[in-house]
Amino acid sequence: MNRRTLVLAAPVVLVLLWLVLYPNLFVLGDSFSEGGRFSLQHYRRFWTSRSEIGALWASVWISAASVVLSALLGVPLAFLFARYQFPGRRLLGALAAMPVLLPPLVGTISFLFLYGESGFFTRGVQLLLGLESPPWRLAGPGAILLVHAYTMYVYFYLFVAAGLSRLDAGYAEAATALGAGRWLTLRRITLPMLAPALGGAALLVFMTSMASFSAPYVFGGGFRVLSTQIYASKLNGEGGLVAVEAVVLAVASLLFLILLQRYEGARSYTGASKGLGPAPRSAVSRGWMLALGAGAAIAFLLLPHLTVLLVSFVPEGSWTTEFFPPVYSLESYRSLVSSPDRLVPVLNSLRMATVATLANIVFAFAAGYLLARRRFWGRGAVNALVVLPWALPGTVLAIALASTFAVHQPWAGQFVLIGSFAILPLAYFIRNIPLVTRAVLASFQQLDPAVEEAAASLGASRVNTLWRVVLPLVLPGLAAGALLAFVTALGEFVASILLYTHRTR
Amino acid sequence: MLRLDALSRRFGDTVAVSELSLEAEPGQILSLLGPSGCGKTTTLRMVAGFETPSSGRVWLDGRDVTRLGAQQRGMGMVFQNYALFPHLDVWENVAFGLLARGEARRDAAPRVERVLELVELPGYGKRRVQELSGGQQQRVALARALAPEPPVLLLDEPLSNLDAALRERTRTELRALLKRLGMTAIFVTHDQEEAFALSDRVALLHQGHLQQVGTPEALYTAPANPFVASFLGRANFLLATLDPAGSSHARLAGGAVWPVRTATDAPMQPGSAATVMVRPEALRLLPPGSELAPADLQGCLVDRRFAGAMSFYRVQVGDRELLVQGGPADAAPGDAVWVRPREGAVILVFPGDAS
Ligand SMILES: Nc1ncnc2c1ncn2[C@@H]1O[C@H](COP(=O)(O)OP(=O)(O)O)[C@@H](O)[C@H]1O
Ligand SMILES: [Mg+2]
Repeated sequence: MNRRTLVLAAPVVLVLLWLVLYPNLFVLGDSFSEGGRFSLQHYRRFWTSRSEIGALWASVWISAASVVLSALLGVPLAFLFARYQFPGRRLLGALAAMPVLLPPLVGTISFLFLYGESGFFTRGVQLLLGLESPPWRLAGPGAILLVHAYTMYVYFYLFVAAGLSRLDAGYAEAATALGAGRWLTLRRITLPMLAPALGGAALLVFMTSMASFSAPYVFGGGFRVLSTQIYASKLNGEGGLVAVEAVVLAVASLLFLILLQRYEGARSYTGASKGLGPAPRSAVSRGWMLALGAGAAIAFLLLPHLTVLLVSFVPEGSWTTEFFPPVYSLESYRSLVSSPDRLVPVLNSLRMATVATLANIVFAFAAGYLLARRRFWGRGAVNALVVLPWALPGTVLAIALASTFAVHQPWAGQFVLIGSFAILPLAYFIRNIPLVTRAVLASFQQLDPAVEEAAASLGASRVNTLWRVVLPLVLPGLAAGALLAFVTALGEFVASILLYTHRTR
Repeated sequence: MLRLDALSRRFGDTVAVSELSLEAEPGQILSLLGPSGCGKTTTLRMVAGFETPSSGRVWLDGRDVTRLGAQQRGMGMVFQNYALFPHLDVWENVAFGLLARGEARRDAAPRVERVLELVELPGYGKRRVQELSGGQQQRVALARALAPEPPVLLLDEPLSNLDAALRERTRTELRALLKRLGMTAIFVTHDQEEAFALSDRVALLHQGHLQQVGTPEALYTAPANPFVASFLGRANFLLATLDPAGSSHARLAGGAVWPVRTATDAPMQPGSAATVMVRPEALRLLPPGSELAPADLQGCLVDRRFAGAMSFYRVQVGDRELLVQGGPADAAPGDAVWVRPREGAVILVFPGDAS
């Protein structure tokens, strides 16, 4: 390893070890100790408790069902936009990806407004059928699954759309030339070749569902999944049990990750053909009908979010039994801006998200460059640590941070951050390390190293090359990653509620 | 002047370049030629300053630049895939080197215009580089490298991404341009024809070792070893025994005696086993009924391939197959034929069984 690599690698590795690996090891340690001694007591409690095992089982099946439902929504949608040409395709296609940008809590609340007992949609049905009471209650596993499918289909939609745009049309044409029909081609050629995209989306949905907190918290009622169970144990002050639950949640997620990688490893294809490019979109006769259908589908998918927007214009208490709210005003916005009480949390969130995202940008640039351009011992480990916060549910990370940074032991790398301004940006930062770093890494990998050499051969200094060539070229990836990080940081409810204290409010 | 002094580069166990010593004459085009993987790119990158030699030195105008980075050496480089800056337009690409050394845009402008004219892209400054055709991108890459007036221009297979017809035209233009500028250039290619058409001197590499360096004619007519002979054009190899009385004649397996020249500096023992190298154009098939001479070799015609201006004949002689250029048009496969060296043909011998 040369000196320049070392100077770059040292801070990156340090950050990863201290903020990513260490807190998680800390939780692992907690789960195995009682009163400072090694003990399996907490694990014993976990395995013998019906409610704990029930929560684990609930987490797993809810997540698996979320994967299936999201795929059923997202995959056809991706095919629709990737393979057919119709008016408004671009706009509708972009809108279909919108739900990923909304924080889970906002999504969840919007469902209450829409499908809750006094929700928009529920009332409509009630009025229409002339019922005395609401036709359903939005609660339990069904409600959770509804929210999950509604918000997480986007992963399938985006991944499969990207996969289709990379999928060479030559393969399908070859199959057709060999006499395969449409269905056979889809089943035997197109879908298998989309396996990496499908696998990636399935993984993300599974992970997100495992970690999902808002939906089970708001709609679960008595139905507990692991993440809400962790929250309950935390409130009860049962630190050891919390650690065990976090470990179990992490292990379940990692198991799924490993399973999926096995599956993908057996099904990863690199194109052997010269390439025709992606299949062209077929122009459909009466494309406007397809457009109408797609528009309706998107409207339906965005309905919850539109509802939140609508409700935000309704003065508090003015909407009781009417189908449409009777009065609209900017009252909510005015009070938000005019009363510091309400504005401060918003400004705090913005500020913390900004700080975290800036840190992410700096870290991702260094780590991305290091991983893409330098060969050094331990590179694989650095890569693994970079994606670890992705592989672990957010709840686990929150617990890990909460227990690591609750005491002051500088010699052990521990400081009291709970209750300080620093803990939330730190949590956002760690959570988004994979997202931003992978985005930058992908940009670096697409950037031909010869371009940097060309700058050097023209006499540009290192700084000059970085500033005038490298940065402009990785900027799109960096910006996309940073934007997503900012938006998710802003909406990270899980980390907030677990780490929240009055001082940062 | 550029001089490479016993340059070596190892990657783990592979020796990419071994003890390579070379000089690029001022104002001349030197080609590094050799099959893929022979170390051409590695050599060029050591000259440019992108790769640190495991041992050896690089001298530029009497200065040891081995430890200098690419930005201090200031050699112009044209990359195989051009490596144009995709976010900058043509003008900004070409001006990059001038601006990088602190020149004001106003001062750089006339030179950029001039270089764009040189590569026949005047008025293309505002174009985005992605909009250009492959040939135009190649010329922008050349203009970008030439703009700072580097002491040496390095080109790594710059024509390999062009289609065949364009490649041929471009190499003529490239040579004319470099000659007009009096540029010292090192040109990397795996294409023998391209190296011959473009360069003043050719250095042939094989597995990291320099095989021979010289003018194209010298390499073709006096190859230093069988590898050079067979890499540059087509060559026939035949086993022979050197004449006991000296090394000016060799006796072939079939009994024919050919006048030969020794190719290597290493002296060869009279009467020792040798390999004869003869090019197809140095041989011809005799018309039926010709009077035979001691140099004639009997064989059996395998096939005849018509190639426009001439025909090629494959002739089985003993266990070898000879390629012969020229002969009677009515010879048919299966015929017994006679092969004779042309008058004054160059026939080389290498020691031992070298084929
Ligand atoms: N960065 C590298 N790491 C390991 N081996 C390399 C590297 N660069 C080149 N080589 C090896 O060195 C040899 C010469 O490569 P190169 O100079 O690229 O050949 P050429 O340009 O003549 O095709 C090859 O065997 C190649 O595999
Ligand atoms: Mg090469």
